[in-house]
Amino acid sequence: MRIPCPHCGERASEEFSYLGAADPLRPPPDATAEAWHAYVFLRDNPAGNLREFWHHVHGCRRWLIVTRDTRTHAIAACVDPRA
Amino acid sequence: MSYSVFRLAREALRGQVGWKPAWRDAAPKPGYDAVVVGGGGHGLATAYYLAKEHGLANVAVLEKSWIGSGNAGRNTTIIRSNYLLPGNERFYEWSMKLWEGLEQELNYNTMVSQRGVLNLYHSDAQRDAYARRGNGMRLHGVDADLLDAAQVRARHPYLDFDNARFPIRGGLLQRRGGTARHDAVVWGYARGADRRGVDIVQNCEVVGIDVVNGKVRGVRTTRGDIVANKVALACAGNSSRVASLAGLRLPIESHVLQAFVSEAIKPLIDGVITFGAGHFYISQSDKGGLVFGGDIDGYSSYAQRGSLPVVEDVMEGGMAVLPMLGRLRVLRQWGGIMDMSMDGSPIIDRTPIAGLYLNAGWCYGGFKATPASGWCFAHLIAHDAPHPAGDAFRLDRFVTGAVLDEKGVGAQPNLH
Ligand SMILES: Cc1cc2nc3c(=O)[nH]c(=O)nc-3n(C[C@H](O)[C@H](O)[C@H](O)COP(=O)(O)OP(=O)(O)OC[C@H]3O[C@@H](n4cnc5c(N)ncnc54)[C@H](O)[C@@H]3O)c2cc1C
Ligand SMILES: [Zn+2]
Repeated sequence: MRIPCPHCGERASEEFSYLGAADPLRPPPDATAEAWHAYVFLRDNPAGNLREFWHHVHGCRRWLIVTRDTRTHAIAACVDPRA
Repeated sequence: MSYSVFRLAREALRGQVGWKPAWRDAAPKPGYDAVVVGGGGHGLATAYYLAKEHGLANVAVLEKSWIGSGNAGRNTTIIRSNYLLPGNERFYEWSMKLWEGLEQELNYNTMVSQRGVLNLYHSDAQRDAYARRGNGMRLHGVDADLLDAAQVRARHPYLDFDNARFPIRGGLLQRRGGTARHDAVVWGYARGADRRGVDIVQNCEVVGIDVVNGKVRGVRTTRGDIVANKVALACAGNSSRVASLAGLRLPIESHVLQAFVSEAIKPLIDGVITFGAGHFYISQSDKGGLVFGGDIDGYSSYAQRGSLPVVEDVMEGGMAVLPMLGRLRVLRQWGGIMDMSMDGSPIIDRTPIAGLYLNAGWCYGGFKATPASGWCFAHLIAHDAPHPAGDAFRLDRFVTGAVLDEKGVGAQPNLH
């Protein structure tokens, strides 16, 4: 699998490290236990497009959001959320 | 038809024409007392124990493909009960006890071979951690022996003991661990369940779960609707997708794990050896092939195939501990999709929907669990209450914080 980094161009997946789904958003500190449970533990885990965090550790060291089909590994988008 | 040496001799003399199919290829009925979704080892074992231990035989196992086509037929067949945490250890030891009597229980040769599982250690710190785990096992009455380098060398002289980076200092040995024949486990449980009246329905995918007023009422399948007040999910790798049919979100990500088999060679490796400095484990099948594997690929996947960087990583791990591997050719390589749970431990529990039961999150270690998983899940379904051997595998442990994290890495499924 090759990931098209917006800063470095298309690079081999070994240059990146993986965190997981990008969509669970960190709740405010005083959110309910249920909200924290959902954020930390529950995942949609779709068979299809997943928005996920990859870190380009051996490249620009930016955190990227990759949209990848978990059935084929085809990548639809790769963006730097802070750029 | 019972299998025995007499039967074998008789068939040998009569040209092997008397063998009958080991189970019926059942068509789905309109309704059952209980429906088990997923015809892997766990689903079939569950149906077997439901019928045998709880007298519930109006049961169907629904499998979207053929039975054993998932992880049950893709794993590296290692069985062991060498866990640290009490909630895990008592369960896996119960599984080991069931393995030890499984062939007699099923009248089927599941080829359970207790030739030992040896975890190598490479540093003082790792030795101490293994000693602690071994002591934890012994507290549960399970066998564990801490070997020094000389004792390991006597068993496996061909390992790279003086590797410059990862010298082998010894190992933690569970002599009762070993391997079993994965397909035979599937077939043995299928045959046993079928003989007790369970319908095994293949090519039958569950595409909907009917829930009325918070209670399960049945399932919709590619072969028609089925009414059932108890629906039990055992869909390893696809648990999130199937549970989502009932509106549930699970603490699980699906990941791929690869396995490899070399060309067949004469008997070399007795038992299972795991490398402690990387992630690599190896055993030898009865056909002579070396069966080995390593880390999961590391990112969510429903593709039942692995990536090349991990192939390279596994080979490097193998070469670091067993340099002579480099002379062998790899014959086959494949991948299986597993549920990686948020704490690395499984779930056998009720769900918020009455009558809907969940068996999931087995990660890369659910083959050894097959007998006890079926045993505990059947008990849960029959009594609506957990079996004591598996009562730590609760779904709400992620809410209460009582997680079972053997490795202590936190809610990061790709690191368990
Ligand atoms: C490469 C590899 C090596 C492994 N090595 C080991 C090992 O050495 N030791 C060990 O203990 N464990 C090992 N494991 C883990 C072990 O294989 C699994 O944890 C275990 O097999 C899971 O339980 P199962 O047998 O019921 O799963 P499966 O055989 O995967 O059964 C689940 C079934 O559910 C079916 N299904 C899914 N969705 C639906 C639906 N909607 N409708 C109907 N049916 C459906 C699937 O088709 C599948 O047949 C390994 C796994 C892999 C992939
Ligand atoms: Zn980059």
